[in-house]
Amino acid sequence: MLAFIIRRLAQALVVIVAMVVLVFFGTHVIGDPVWMMVPGDATQEQIEQVRREFGFDQPAYIQFFRFLGDVMQGEFGRSYVHGESAITLILERMPATMELAFAALVLAVVIGIPLGLFAGLKPDHPLSRGIMAASILGFSLPTFWVGLMLIMLFSVMLGWLPATGQGTTVEIFGIRTSLFTLDGWKHLFLPAVNLALLKVSLVIRLTRSGAREASLQDYVKFARAKGLSPARIVGVHILKNILIPIVTVLGLEFGSLVAFSVVTETIFAWPGMGKLLLEAIQRLDRPLIVAYVMVVVLLFVTINLIVDILYSALDPRVRLTGSQA
Amino acid sequence: MSTTAPAALAPEQSPFRRFASRFAEDRIAMIGLALLAIIIALAALAPFIAPQNPYDLARVDIMDSRQPPGAVAGEGFKMWLGSDGVGRDLVSGILYGLRISLIVGVLSGVIAATIGLVMGLTAAYAGGRIENFIMRIVDLQLSLPSVLVALILVALMGKGVDKIILALVVVQWAYYARTVRGSALVERRKEYVEAARSLGLSHARTMFRHILPNCLAPVIVIATVQTAHAISLEATLSFLGVGLPQTEPSLGVLIANGFQYMLSGKYWISFFPGLALLVTIVAINLVGDRLRDVLNPRLEK
Amino acid sequence: MATSGSTRPVLAVENLSTHFFTRDGVVKAVDGISFEVMPGEVLGLVGESGSGKSITGFSIMGLIDPPGRIVSGSIRLNGEELVGLDDRAMRRFRGRSLAMVFQDPMMTLNPVLRIDTQMMEAVQAHEAVSDKAARARSAEVLAMVGIPSPEERLSAYPHQFSGGMRQRVAIAIALIHRPALIIADEPTTALDVTIQSQILAEMQRLCAESGTALVWITHDLAVVAGLADRVAVMYAGRIAEQGKVDDVLDRPIHPYTHGLIGSVPGARMHGARLAQIPGSTPSLGRLPPGCAFAPRCPRADAACAEHAPSIAAAPDGRAYRCHRPMLIEEVAR
Repeated sequence: MLAFIIRRLAQALVVIVAMVVLVFFGTHVIGDPVWMMVPGDATQEQIEQVRREFGFDQPAYIQFFRFLGDVMQGEFGRSYVHGESAITLILERMPATMELAFAALVLAVVIGIPLGLFAGLKPDHPLSRGIMAASILGFSLPTFWVGLMLIMLFSVMLGWLPATGQGTTVEIFGIRTSLFTLDGWKHLFLPAVNLALLKVSLVIRLTRSGAREASLQDYVKFARAKGLSPARIVGVHILKNILIPIVTVLGLEFGSLVAFSVVTETIFAWPGMGKLLLEAIQRLDRPLIVAYVMVVVLLFVTINLIVDILYSALDPRVRLTGSQA
Repeated sequence: MSTTAPAALAPEQSPFRRFASRFAEDRIAMIGLALLAIIIALAALAPFIAPQNPYDLARVDIMDSRQPPGAVAGEGFKMWLGSDGVGRDLVSGILYGLRISLIVGVLSGVIAATIGLVMGLTAAYAGGRIENFIMRIVDLQLSLPSVLVALILVALMGKGVDKIILALVVVQWAYYARTVRGSALVERRKEYVEAARSLGLSHARTMFRHILPNCLAPVIVIATVQTAHAISLEATLSFLGVGLPQTEPSLGVLIANGFQYMLSGKYWISFFPGLALLVTIVAINLVGDRLRDVLNPRLEK
Repeated sequence: MATSGSTRPVLAVENLSTHFFTRDGVVKAVDGISFEVMPGEVLGLVGESGSGKSITGFSIMGLIDPPGRIVSGSIRLNGEELVGLDDRAMRRFRGRSLAMVFQDPMMTLNPVLRIDTQMMEAVQAHEAVSDKAARARSAEVLAMVGIPSPEERLSAYPHQFSGGMRQRVAIAIALIHRPALIIADEPTTALDVTIQSQILAEMQRLCAESGTALVWITHDLAVVAGLADRVAVMYAGRIAEQGKVDDVLDRPIHPYTHGLIGSVPGARMHGARLAQIPGSTPSLGRLPPGCAFAPRCPRADAACAEHAPSIAAAPDGRAYRCHRPMLIEEVAR
């Protein structure tokens, strides 16, 4: 178990270092951030001064090692645009993104698993065909467009729900969240639905194929031969088996929810780190981009580790040595 | 032994005929196929059927901007779906936009599939360090969400058709590589490959003549899914303002242009291009879904 | 072991037909079979794969899923009709008076649930008892089937058991409620030969002790010879011949039974050529109009190809379906 975690952490470190290198050189080779930091009518002298100030006149590898040293200390430089520590900016915005992503994940599971189970256990039922057709639609819907349509329908035309922002927030343990006010829930609802949409289809499909496969297994037939009720068979024998792939995939998909929140946050003006990233990209705010990538990669690595541990908790056949029994 | 009944054998047919008739059994998939054919035809014929060339700024009149569906343009033709913020007829805009979206999606798909095939086959055939190295990159690539990778790549490289295709190739090739390696490994263990090698056929020949054809079915299935994904991703990036430039108005660009008018109730500028995008993606996915069922029921996701 | 014929049968199957309605037509997996099993009796249900013997087993358990369906006939367990019962009513029998052991022990236990979960739920499906009592009962039957330190083993997962041990667990689960009848669907086929005979002996002992009747589905005549009181030989969804195991194996009436016996190595004289039945089992979707065995039968004539034989009775009480039954003296030769 410990050996497994250590090995995984070592792997994670390699990924992180690779990402640092890629992102750093990516931001250096392409685009010159100086132009973002000086006024349009700046003289050559002013430009050179900014270059020196930020160390852009040094060779790339020296800049890289300086950068690497900073990273070791958790310092990603100051945002060119905001003038504040990039990592602080990102971390400030992170709770809002996590809140959104988590709400979306919960929605996806709550809607997806029952529908998927139904479609998997009664594949020939007309409703199952409807569910599967809807899931193809859900798979195909471009998230950003659905976001626009949700705003148009529920905010502009019906006026039921607010279109932008996080609403009234409450500070809990130093984290601002909209989960404790009605206004906050109203603001959260549309973006969360929007973000959940892709994953609902995924959950439906995973659950359905898992349920179909499991229901054909001998152990289900044997469970029936024992005289168990359908509720027990579905709720324990089948669900426990399909939970394994669902937890694994959803854990990994949580990262993609965080990534996709860039789109949702932009549309709904949700003050998370995704919106911040897009602004940083548009302004070529290099430290902010790098800090974002680092935070997200770290997040992914953590999630992957958690998923692996959960996986072994769910499936007794897997021991955390990396090999299967 | 289970209670599945022994199936009676169907009469002999050529593999393709059998495949086609199996495919056609699903009516919804056939609708998807028909839709896709229509969409491709519309996109290909856009210059001939569109009332207006949206690239030709001389023909686009700012006076026609933000007209609702059914309004008549300054040039006299009726704008069935209205016009966008700079006065482009939306029907024309969508037809031309489809062209760009399809070209970007298909081209990136083909390039990614080619790279993925070569990498996957090489990994499966070479084994050892080479395989490890390739699969590590694939794993790394697949562990990162494609939106994010594409977003940052395009942000770094700048706008343009070539750049967005490159970004889409980067986020797609690993899927092909993984799938190809998977099925190539299965094929490799089969007897006929052993037989081909014992006959003294070269490695390359064994790989391309014997293993590759047997890996094609899964590749075709993911190609449909990936192409739909690529089209959607391009639209997303363009919507976020980091994809295609205003001079190449893909569907995503059209939708983005409509965003600012949305809150004032001018829904059509974003709605219709989005609908076109949706129908395209749904059509491809319907076909892909059926292909997966027909070609390989136990394909890994 | 077999009790006298005057007592009421545990299981009476009459004219049972189970068909599968597939896209390629109707597959008559079981087509008009009748047999009885007396209390404590062991019936061997023998046939090649696809002969319908497993479908018969699942039909009795009420575990036929669409596109399959019991189209006609009757199955009575201790006089109670099972055909036509809905799932809820059928559940009262399954696992309680009627149990089943499956072929592959690697597949029958749920891999992600502990043994105690899987045994206790079987107890509690039919008896409202506490978890503690259910656990005690589970340990008791585990000990009965010869699993050492059952209390400990209850907390294990299936993958921590060997194939033979898993089959013992499955048998234990079948025995939990002391059923009147156990259907054993080739329970030893997937096991090593040495384990096979252990399990076989164990089951024979357990059923004899508890007076449980046994339908033993198998393709292996040698198993039947050692285990069964009576045997029914199935071919293409029908019973070709049934009767006392010694009668059937020593003096087969149906040419198919004869062929089957001939193809068992060691059944005949040492060094003699191993007989084979020419051809292969017919596709159940497209059976010939006459006797299904006619195309492979050395004795078949024109009548055999034209219409299917109906059930006939031999003087020694055996039932068979054949136009051209083998004569006793011919077999004896």
